[in-house]
Amino acid sequence: MGFPDRIERTVQVAHPPGKVWAALTTAEGLGAWFGDEAAIDLRPGGSARMRFSSGFTVDMRVERVEEPAVFGFTWQIYGLPEDDPRRTYVEFTLEPAGAGTRLRVVESGFAQLPEDAHRKAYDGNTEGWARELGELTGYLDAA
Amino acid sequence: MPHDIEAIAEQVFAALADPTRRAILAALASGGPATATDLAARLPITRQAIAKHLALLAAAGLVQAEPGERRRVRYRVRSAPMQVAQQFLAVLARDWDSALDALTDHLDRGA
Repeated sequence: MGFPDRIERTVQVAHPPGKVWAALTTAEGLGAWFGDEAAIDLRPGGSARMRFSSGFTVDMRVERVEEPAVFGFTWQIYGLPEDDPRRTYVEFTLEPAGAGTRLRVVESGFAQLPEDAHRKAYDGNTEGWARELGELTGYLDAA
Repeated sequence: MPHDIEAIAEQVFAALADPTRRAILAALASGGPATATDLAARLPITRQAIAKHLALLAAAGLVQAEPGERRRVRYRVRSAPMQVAQQFLAVLARDWDSALDALTDHLDRGA
């Protein structure tokens, strides 16, 4: 199984949850450390957008807002076309730890493949996918 | 974990591991559908070798054969398997370590 579905990181931050929360959920905070410019409508279903200095922008949809403990949003999988329906879910969890915060970020959904995308990946390919994977790989390697 | 995603990604990466197939796929991606003859004129590869690779790529579902002018078969890149493989690359390219470092720096600076 080489195809990971989620990324998970936990960091210890020397600042209280309220301050970390502001950095994660305000346009000012997000624009300072994450993107170069940000806008956010902080409520479930609200939209957010970040622009990076490269000119790349990303649209997010706010999903969970439980101040100052849980902030979740979905965004598009980087590199896929604009109209691709697949999105990953990012969730920040803030927990007081001493004078600071234990901050956890989990991004999940990388391995999702909706039915239509599944069909698209297989259509027009009657012969190839019927074969065993090893056989096909050997076939390509032999060329 | 669906086995299918793995299988599709494996096909794409196996195809991309070979420089000749990379050149063919790159030419089709940048220039659009083409016949083996068209590709032979643009790449330093014999028409025979190109035809052989195209047949293998078609069998693996990475290019699609379609009727072209004068009944010549044209090949086009099939983007769906590429998008599946790209999901795998997206995991590798998502740099939460740098982002969290930047967040920590931002918080420390503002302290």
